[in-house]
Amino acid sequence: MPEIRNYTMNFGPQHPSAHGVLRLILEMDGEVVTKADPHVGLLHRATEKLAESKIFHQSIGYMDRLDYVSMMCNEHAYVMAMEKLLGIEPPLRARYIRTLYDELTRITNHLLWLGTHAMDIGALTMFLYCFREREDIMDMYEAVSGARMHAFYYRPGGVYRDLPEHMPQYQKSKFRSQADMRRMNKAREGSLLDFIEDFTERFPGLVDEYEVLLTDNRIWKQRTVGIGVVSPERALQLGFSGPMLRGSGIEWDLRKKQPYEVYDHLEFDIPVGVNGDCYDRYLVRVEEMRQSNRIVKQCVKWLRENPGPVWLDNHKVTPPLREEMKFDMESLIHHFKYMTEGYCVPEGEVYAAIEHPKGEFGIYMISDGANKPFRLKIRAAGFAHLAALDEMVRGHMLQDLVAIIGTQDLVFGEVDR
Amino acid sequence: MSPQTEQLTGALQTRFSTLLTRVPSTVDQLTYELPAAALHETCRALRDEEPFHFEQLMDVAGVDYLGYGEDEWLTRRATATGFARGANRRNWDLEAHQTPRFAAVYQLLSIRHNQRLRLRAFCTDDPPVIDSLTDVWASANWFEREAFDLFGILFNGHPDLRRILTDYGFVGHPFRKDFPLSGNVEVRYDPEKKRVVYEPVQIEPRVLVPRVIRQDARYEPPFQDLEKNA
Repeated sequence: MPEIRNYTMNFGPQHPSAHGVLRLILEMDGEVVTKADPHVGLLHRATEKLAESKIFHQSIGYMDRLDYVSMMCNEHAYVMAMEKLLGIEPPLRARYIRTLYDELTRITNHLLWLGTHAMDIGALTMFLYCFREREDIMDMYEAVSGARMHAFYYRPGGVYRDLPEHMPQYQKSKFRSQADMRRMNKAREGSLLDFIEDFTERFPGLVDEYEVLLTDNRIWKQRTVGIGVVSPERALQLGFSGPMLRGSGIEWDLRKKQPYEVYDHLEFDIPVGVNGDCYDRYLVRVEEMRQSNRIVKQCVKWLRENPGPVWLDNHKVTPPLREEMKFDMESLIHHFKYMTEGYCVPEGEVYAAIEHPKGEFGIYMISDGANKPFRLKIRAAGFAHLAALDEMVRGHMLQDLVAIIGTQDLVFGEVDR
Repeated sequence: MSPQTEQLTGALQTRFSTLLTRVPSTVDQLTYELPAAALHETCRALRDEEPFHFEQLMDVAGVDYLGYGEDEWLTRRATATGFARGANRRNWDLEAHQTPRFAAVYQLLSIRHNQRLRLRAFCTDDPPVIDSLTDVWASANWFEREAFDLFGILFNGHPDLRRILTDYGFVGHPFRKDFPLSGNVEVRYDPEKKRVVYEPVQIEPRVLVPRVIRQDARYEPPFQDLEKNA
């Protein structure tokens, strides 16, 4: 009789459903996974070490590149850590703008997650729908920061600039008919806030469309219900946060429990799952998109009524005005020193955490009083989630592994840092 | 300090008394230092006992305190002597470093009581060794592997202490302060050998912006709120 033993299989690092560069060493008993050993670090760029060699505000741009599908949220945690150490607080309007963009970012992140997760499990259409809406949010990013992805928009003491009065429009081209152009520019006639408001009016209906395709879909349910179940006790033990923790039935959201910016002035609900499986986490994330839309609406309303400064007037931490630099020598010198040497952040240490779309994203920063951080530690939600992959896939089939990778909402820029 | 933090400070004081030393801070966050030998026991108590219940370990950060508070460009006497022309290249004198160099910093979170706590334990030995917390919080597993990989801190009792973020066969611990930013080796494809080869790195490390510490009267020294209480 031949010897029967488990089969060791390599998965990735170049695999479409690995969501980036994840390499797994799988121990298979037939089709059943008995052990999964994730090998990460293929995208390790030593962001934390690089930050130690740069002045404080130069690292904000690096934060965008961590979790490259929820850019502004990463910046937010970093900027918040700096603000806490500096003891400054941004103007109210800036805080509303940050809340607005955090929630828009949450929607883009969940749209990407939903599209790719559904595609991995075989619902290809979702991907096209989700990316259609994502495009609008990319345009909102571009309108405010000039960049579609890596925005570099949040700064210590506020945001870089106020929301623009005009939304950029599609230009005439020989590939586009007059009628098409009129249709595409219809929502872009007014300001950025008009465009965002138009989006918030459309979006709940679109989420309904996604739900029609998935929520009661028999195949979708077969692939997600009862897959990757995590009990609430284990979820706490494993350091889960965000939708992964809420999917297991623990009501915990930093926006409610440890409010930052203006979340305590806004109305929204926290969806919580019951069974802790992939399906519940799907429901939680879809409901989160609706709640984010609600927050965006409230922010738009407030921002329309309350003009004001968006960046602190404290020129120790903000650069001098460009107009002043043209005729004022001191401002020019100040700008030069600000951009080259930066500013010293008082000695101390701080941990700033925000409710990132993927979970708790934290920045632990130690400053020794210099113009560069002494140590920066990024707490990425995905890292803790991926660590639990082995436990979640044991005893499941190989195909369920793909569903579990999808439900963890991994982005390797963040996991590997 | 908020009343909740004050309550926690009091509770920690009565339960652990001299074991924990509070680190002064200007932000409303609690940091405590404790001897590495007491780490495991203390953490278990912090997880299970009322009124702490820190169910979650959110993060473990290794820290290398070599060169803490040193700058590369002297500014203090610049009025009399003028600024130095360039940054002082730092030559690490590892023998002269007296205080414990490596520390592990733990961020705890209590969901039940909605509070956070930060613990720091210095590793005294060389190579640095500290107890693993994997049996207290399962999430410690990968965080400790990361700290081992990047700082070379050994976690006693860790079930699977392998490198995690660096390349297969990597030599050294890259986040140590004496590890150059540009690394030690570079890779290229060798057409003759028909494989990727490792070679010593050719980049000369250089400082673009020197590290500067300036005295600033606007900020209170971080020790103030402790002195007030004493």
